[in-house]
Order: sequence, then structure tokens, then C-alpha cells
Amino acid sequence: MKGLVVALLAISGSAFAQRSGLEYASPEIRRLQASEAENPGMLWVDEGEKLFAAQCASCHASMKGVAARYPRIVAGKIVTLETQVRHRVPFAYESEPLLALTAYIASQSRGLPIGQQLSERDVAKGKTEYFRRRGQMNLACTNCHDANAGKRLGADTVSEGQPNGYPTYRLRWQTLGSLERRLRACFSGVHAEMPAYGDPLLIELEAYLAWRGRGLPIEAPAVRP
Amino acid sequence: MKLLAALLVPLAAWAGNAEKGRAIATAGAEASCILCHAIPGARGAVGNIGPSLAGVGARLRAEELKARIVDASRINPKTVMPPYGRTGGLYQVAAQYRGKPLLTPEQIDDVVAFLLTLR
Repeated sequence: MKGLVVALLAISGSAFAQRSGLEYASPEIRRLQASEAENPGMLWVDEGEKLFAAQCASCHASMKGVAARYPRIVAGKIVTLETQVRHRVPFAYESEPLLALTAYIASQSRGLPIGQQLSERDVAKGKTEYFRRRGQMNLACTNCHDANAGKRLGADTVSEGQPNGYPTYRLRWQTLGSLERRLRACFSGVHAEMPAYGDPLLIELEAYLAWRGRGLPIEAPAVRP
Repeated sequence: MKLLAALLVPLAAWAGNAEKGRAIATAGAEASCILCHAIPGARGAVGNIGPSLAGVGARLRAEELKARIVDASRINPKTVMPPYGRTGGLYQVAAQYRGKPLLTPEQIDDVVAFLLTLR
């Protein structure tokens, strides 16, 4: 038994067995996500494929496996998939074309493990922020997403806060949204100062989450409640 | 009438209004206890991050309840429970909430009065 646990830890490459948010979702939501025809996020993927063909395909042949390697460290700076795409085509954060492109690119890495390109040192700043209590509610990410994953906060089931499904179609949003949008929702929830899209704080947290969830398969576009 | 008042005083030693407190605790709003705690008789979306509050009025005195609501971290530094009555020592509070507690002192007294009925 001990040998098996050690072997499993070696495969996942991390100290605890991560659970994708999918495992906390209802059977109906799991079914939606798994269905190419019914997953509402596929609308953005299709749109993104067209945009990619029009704007990116003259240089980029294939995006297979690319999203799995983000966020990555370039010249000492964290680059997320969004910052990289925006560097080429400066669509506004959370705009439909940016969501479409990132959804398409991320979908080209479905099933591939996240976070393999990052070391704990790369994500040290984000880790500090993840464990820092903030806001009027005086809560850190870890207070809910490590200590209380699987429990209920009102009608919601608290998940581990894993990033492998983004961009994600949330039923609550009735649209596709980025991981930054989801992080901002937690800042709002704890009544903390709201970082702007692209703020280093959000980018550092994204990188930490990718390292923390390393080994989880990309599910984008995921569906969540 | 005087006699009635004298009889009621010991029962009403805690200033809060239990009915108002029940509304705050169970309404399902942002600062509602039921987001995290089961409460006997409360319906709707009940969380389970914290322990059930069944019988809490028999286990803790009013001052003890109040201390836990105002700032549970003084009893357990690792607590997840937000400090409903503290405004100092918090980090990056959004401007619209800065200097304001999650619940006013009166609201906290009301919640305490309600919790004391849970025996």
C-alpha cells in the first residue's frame, strides 16, 4: 500500500493528490463539459479557430501542447497564455476575441498536464500571496481551497481552486471567463482591494496555481457551476 | 407592571434582539452564519465549513459567543471565520469596506441574543 502511494505521488509529481474542479461538479455539468456538441465553451473554441486562421496561422502551424507550457518564465518574468497572446494581438482582457483565442489554444492542449515547466522557486511570490489573508473577511486562498475543499459554503461546494479548466464556461456567469476573472471573484468575495486584469498579483497567483496543480490535465473549455 | 419588569430583567440581561439576530444569522446574506454553520430550524443553502450551532447557547456564555463573532482569531489564530467586529490589522480591504466591520456592534449583540436561544 505504501509503495502504491509513493508510486502515485511520483506519477503526479506533487505532494498531494489534486482534484480538478470537475470532480466537485454535478453529473449534469460533467456531461455538458464532456460533450463537444453541448459544451457551451465550444462556441468560443470555434470562433477562436477562425480568428487563429485569420490572424495567427501565417506564422503558427499548430498550437498543440502550447497552452500546457503556460504560464512560463521568460527572462525572469511570468508570461501567461493571455499576456503572450495580447503581446501579439492586443485584444482587451476578457473581450470576446481574447477569450475565443485563448479557449481555442487551450483546447489544443486538452488532456496534457499543466505546470510541468515551473519550479517552486518560479512561483514563490504567488505562493506568498496565496497564503496571505486579505480583505474585510480576512481570508487567504488556502483557508477555503486547501483547508475546506469539498465542504459547502452556502449552496456552493468549495473546490481546490485548480486552474486546469480555464478559460471556463461558468453557469453563474452565463459566459466563458478567464482564470483572472475567477480570481477577481474571490477578491470581491472577501471584500479585498480588486487587482486590475493583468495585475502582477493575479499573474503571480496564476503561476502558483499552475505549479500547485501540476500534473492535472487541461480541460479547457471546462464547464463549472 | 413593575413586578413584571422585575421578573423580565434577569431574562433580558443581554441587550440584543434575538429575532433580529435570527434574521441576520439565517437570511443567507453575505454575513449570515448559515453560509458556514448549520442552524436548527434554518432552511435554504446551509454550509458546513464551521460546526453546527445546535446547542451553542448552552455551551457558551454571551460574552464568549460575542468574542468569537467579533474576532474568532483571538481564540484560534488559524480560524477560517471572518472577524465580524474587527476593523484593524486587516490587509488590502476594499475601499468601500475600509474601517467598517462586517456587522455593527448592535447586529452582533442581536446575533448573540439569537444564539443564546439555541439550547
